[in-house]
Amino acid sequence: MARAADVVVIGGGIHGCSTALHLALRGLKPILIEKDYAGRHASGVNAGGVRQLARDLHEIPLSISSMDLWERIEELVGDDCGFDAHGTVLVAENEAELAGFRERVEDLRLRGFEHEELIDASELRRLVPAVSERCPGGVVSRRDGAADPFRTTQAFRRRAVEKGAEVIEGVTVTGLSRSGANWRVETTDGDFEAPKIVNAAGAWADRIAAMLGEPVPLAVVAPMLMVTSRLAAFIKPVVILRGRKLSFKQLENGTVVIGGGHLSTPYRDSNETVLDWEKLAISARTVWELFPAMHQATIVRAWAGIEAYMPDGIPVVGRSSTSEGVFHQFGFSTHGFQLGPGTGAVMAELVATGSTNTPIDGLGIERFAAK
Amino acid sequence: MTAAADLAPSYELVVIGGGPAGLAAAALAARAGVSTVLFDENPGVGGQIYRAITSTPVRSRAILGEDYWDGAALADEAKASGALIVNGATVWSLDRQRLVGVSLGGKARLIEAGRVIIATGSQERPFPIPGWTLPGVMTAGAAQTALKAQGLVVGGRTVLAGSGPLLWLLAAQTLRAGGRIDAILDTTPRRNWLQAMLHLPDFALSPYFAKGLALLREVRAKVPVHRAATIEAVGTDRVREVVFSGAGGTRRLPVDLLLLHQGVVPNVNLANAAGVAHVWNDRQLCFVPVLDAEFGSSVPGIAVAGDGAGIAGGTAAAERGRIAAIAAVRALKPQAAVPDTQAIRQRLQREEMGRAFLDCLNRPADSFRLPEGDTIACRCEEVTAKQVRETAQMGCEGPNQMKAFLRCGMGPCQGRLCGLTVTELIAAERKTTPDEVGYYRLRPPVKPITLAELASLPISEAERKAVER
Repeated sequence: MARAADVVVIGGGIHGCSTALHLALRGLKPILIEKDYAGRHASGVNAGGVRQLARDLHEIPLSISSMDLWERIEELVGDDCGFDAHGTVLVAENEAELAGFRERVEDLRLRGFEHEELIDASELRRLVPAVSERCPGGVVSRRDGAADPFRTTQAFRRRAVEKGAEVIEGVTVTGLSRSGANWRVETTDGDFEAPKIVNAAGAWADRIAAMLGEPVPLAVVAPMLMVTSRLAAFIKPVVILRGRKLSFKQLENGTVVIGGGHLSTPYRDSNETVLDWEKLAISARTVWELFPAMHQATIVRAWAGIEAYMPDGIPVVGRSSTSEGVFHQFGFSTHGFQLGPGTGAVMAELVATGSTNTPIDGLGIERFAAK
Repeated sequence: MTAAADLAPSYELVVIGGGPAGLAAAALAARAGVSTVLFDENPGVGGQIYRAITSTPVRSRAILGEDYWDGAALADEAKASGALIVNGATVWSLDRQRLVGVSLGGKARLIEAGRVIIATGSQERPFPIPGWTLPGVMTAGAAQTALKAQGLVVGGRTVLAGSGPLLWLLAAQTLRAGGRIDAILDTTPRRNWLQAMLHLPDFALSPYFAKGLALLREVRAKVPVHRAATIEAVGTDRVREVVFSGAGGTRRLPVDLLLLHQGVVPNVNLANAAGVAHVWNDRQLCFVPVLDAEFGSSVPGIAVAGDGAGIAGGTAAAERGRIAAIAAVRALKPQAAVPDTQAIRQRLQREEMGRAFLDCLNRPADSFRLPEGDTIACRCEEVTAKQVRETAQMGCEGPNQMKAFLRCGMGPCQGRLCGLTVTELIAAERKTTPDEVGYYRLRPPVKPITLAELASLPISEAERKAVER
């Protein structure tokens, strides 16, 4: 006998958990199926950046709606998720970069987006005193910040369950088929039936899409991060670069998380990643040049979380192009953590009402259909 | 002295750890014509059991015992074999592609290995009692390191507490060197003898039987031994007293130094980070790598020899190292002449005979492995037993989730001092087995490296181009 739900959500990352919560808040009964445990992969082990800055135009509305939820995250999930809003600063390493940033900020303003703000060298030094003297300025998004990724994902999971969602972990989806008006979701632990399905399966989402005859060119990636031992507090905002890959954040406890998108080798069938130390050495050199204060720092751990990267670097959010009642929410391309709260709300709205007030144009899966 | 720049980009065999297993493995492989490098992080080879064997200032052979000096032959053999032996080399990463990350003199290198033998040995089992983080409380192993490497004996009022052969060995070595031990608190539960007696016939045939009895007699003749069911280190700025309960009620002893030891367990960090599968060994109460008869692990080309493969002692470690090395030679150079494994296996079997007796006898009591209340479980992040227990009760099912809730295991020691405690506490609270709960997934670097060392890593031309676009 298949277990019945209003919606089956596949994948227990921040997106699946957020969608399950928002569906439950709308009075629907979601069942979330996760092959490992909630937050096991990228959602639990990413850099924790909560960033509107430097986003693709297509995802800015989602990012802004997410930011509104981040700012009342404790009210939403009953946990502050370690969120602090010290801003994100995009540092220009030279005048040419700064000129490019100026154009971008002006373009955003014409489109009505004001979260990115150009800053000169003195404001940069005020926000990030430790940064190298030669950087001429940058861009700040002052409402941005960072949160604890695993704690956040778990908080969404916990609140979703409190609001009536069922979360089933350690169970893998093995097949999808129609069963009258419903979808039948076959798993390693029996069948489930629901009229609607949300595919939030991250690095494994292409396998779900393939079950629907909707192949999608998803790359499995695992961006690397490393963390230092504790240092005296010297930097508040998250710092990112454009020309070279770097994201840089000092946590409350003094440790510094260094990331930026250098990739390891992922093995998605065994949940393993093999780190690429040559690339981490490049990160170490970048940090070395940018932050003299870091010269004595000790690296205590490096890791990578497995996730999906789309060819155009932006996510897939919206209806299936082949299958009525199926929705996609994956492919966040190494920047999906901040989008989790808001995209879950938008997805729940789309599933429940058939449409959404937040624009998601350009994010549909049909953009990958064979031409 | 070998410098980082002197290292080749690849070796047929990389041996990690210069204790008996590593020395024996490197010597055998190099003699068979395999290009072999041995990385050891200490200033000289020997591991813990033969620590400082080539340099110890302790001249009198009797102090450290004849077994210690066996290490000299192993060290000589390795040196003469043609293997490149690199001391002061910290291996901080190993992956399933057998890429070895090593630091030497402040410079990091990545070395490709045809085969790898992990011989990183054992570490002392965590001994989480109230007050174990106070200054003046050390592990017995740390005291033994000071004795072997610097000839230093402990001073002041000293109490040794715990169980296991090494506790008694250290006591004997310290006394012979003129050190002071005021009392020994023996934490071996009495009922362990019942279990152990079943294995007495085998133990009586093992080389450890006579040695063990002699050691016990030697120490008991000079030091009062009390049985202890609970132990607490008391003091504010440092340990001032040790409070213990035994048959005669609660007693207090003034103390300047409290040395704790309750056996050794495999040091799993490097193998774990390389993706080697491990399994819970209920007799030794620890995780051990899953190995085949040649000590090959679940990761192709990576073997684990010595006490890292399960505790069996120094002589067994050397034999295991030889067996692992023979397998490596056969894979790398099928034509090369290697010694007969039959004879080695027979010697190994003889060494391992008494192990069941020792394991059963020295199995630490639950109360010394499963702390309660405010006793610290994770020293680096100062996480208490109560926090771990409560988080497990709230639904946290494993140590990797626990890391995210409490940060336990995320400090510089990478879980060495709390891993088993956290696993066992979760298993106890959730009424399941340690095997089911599992261990921390360890992340490289398994030993901290500085940003400067990492930045010193040579970067290949292809990599540079890919990054600079």
